[in-house]
Amino acid sequence: MSAPARPESLALLERLVTALKAKGLVSEEEIAARQASTDRASPEIGARMVARAWLDPAWRKSMVANGAAAAEQMGVSMAGAPPLGILEDTPTLHHLVVCTLCSCYPRAVLGYPPHWYKSFEYRSRAVREPRAVLAEWGTTIAPGVQLRVIDSTADYRWMVLPLRPAGTEGWDEAQLAALVTRDVLVGVALPRVPMAAAAE
Amino acid sequence: MSPAFSHGFAPGDRVRVKDDWPEARGRCHIRTPHYLRGRHGRVERVLGSFPNPEDLAFGRPAPARPLYHVLFDQPPIWSEGEAGDSLLVEIFEHWLEPAPKPVKEAA
Amino acid sequence: MTDAPIPAIHDLGGASRYRCTPVERDEAPPDDFGKRVDALRQILAQKKMMTVDELRRGIESIPEAEYFSLTYYERWLTSITALMVEKGVIAAEEVR
Repeated sequence: MSAPARPESLALLERLVTALKAKGLVSEEEIAARQASTDRASPEIGARMVARAWLDPAWRKSMVANGAAAAEQMGVSMAGAPPLGILEDTPTLHHLVVCTLCSCYPRAVLGYPPHWYKSFEYRSRAVREPRAVLAEWGTTIAPGVQLRVIDSTADYRWMVLPLRPAGTEGWDEAQLAALVTRDVLVGVALPRVPMAAAAE
Repeated sequence: MSPAFSHGFAPGDRVRVKDDWPEARGRCHIRTPHYLRGRHGRVERVLGSFPNPEDLAFGRPAPARPLYHVLFDQPPIWSEGEAGDSLLVEIFEHWLEPAPKPVKEAA
Repeated sequence: MTDAPIPAIHDLGGASRYRCTPVERDEAPPDDFGKRVDALRQILAQKKMMTVDELRRGIESIPEAEYFSLTYYERWLTSITALMVEKGVIAAEEVR
């Protein structure tokens, strides 16, 4: 239900902005600049962090210890952003992130949350029937792998560091990053090696 | 909530989320999901100290409170689910009390 | 805990009403309205005029029927507007 805002909401927003502008509290330039900087954040940042972690054990260690510092090293300004926690998948443990209370999301490294992440269905179901939710994404957790759902309720934001898939030996950072989609970073999907690439 | 009382929990400590319902008493803002109230878990790690959101939400002075990542067995909460699956949730210290007795270990 | 009070409307974990309801995988990015509300919230937070916790408290104060009928960023706008009036930053008449 990402329905468009109602006309009265559009009007309310402009009345609010006009009132704040009249008091010198915001300007159109500030709003445009802020929107532009928000638009620049995208899952490509998180994907590069993961790809680098797959290739560089020292980087991986420091990223897991301090996700925000790692993001800063990737050129992301984390000033004012919540701390970033990294959830390391293991051969026996997979992580899935949800915020049941609102929509906490690691926006600095993933961009705007998608509509479904904020939906009532995802928020209510991910903590109760997570495997059924994953099945909707076509994601099956292998037998013997436990699922750990992170309900992001407070001051951290969380990103999943998945396992590097088999068949990617010798791949460089850009090739690996291409496997790491936003859904992978939230934990609803696993990195998938395209058939053609795996066959090479 | 009751005044701050630091238990200084450490990783591995068994804790119980208070079975408290401030929302039934009036206007409030809390970050402890309803489904964990009264549940037993285990401190996974200490996440630091953060201004209490329950005060921040009303523009009051907000003293920093310790925040923990607490691990819970998932199936007992809903009476369904896969054995071994778990929930990992940020809980402020003032919502936690030492677990009265050993409970079944989460994961 | 069967006698536990009914959770607040935003406290959705495990809510029975969405049991088995598929997650609608809408990939549309926020529209201009949403992005503008989002940017405004960030600016007001940066200028210490409101906290994210106040935003959430305001969203949680929206009456249930309205909460479920408004879009995501409409809920934000409702909360931001109420907060600016509550704090005396703007007058209620200015946004009426």
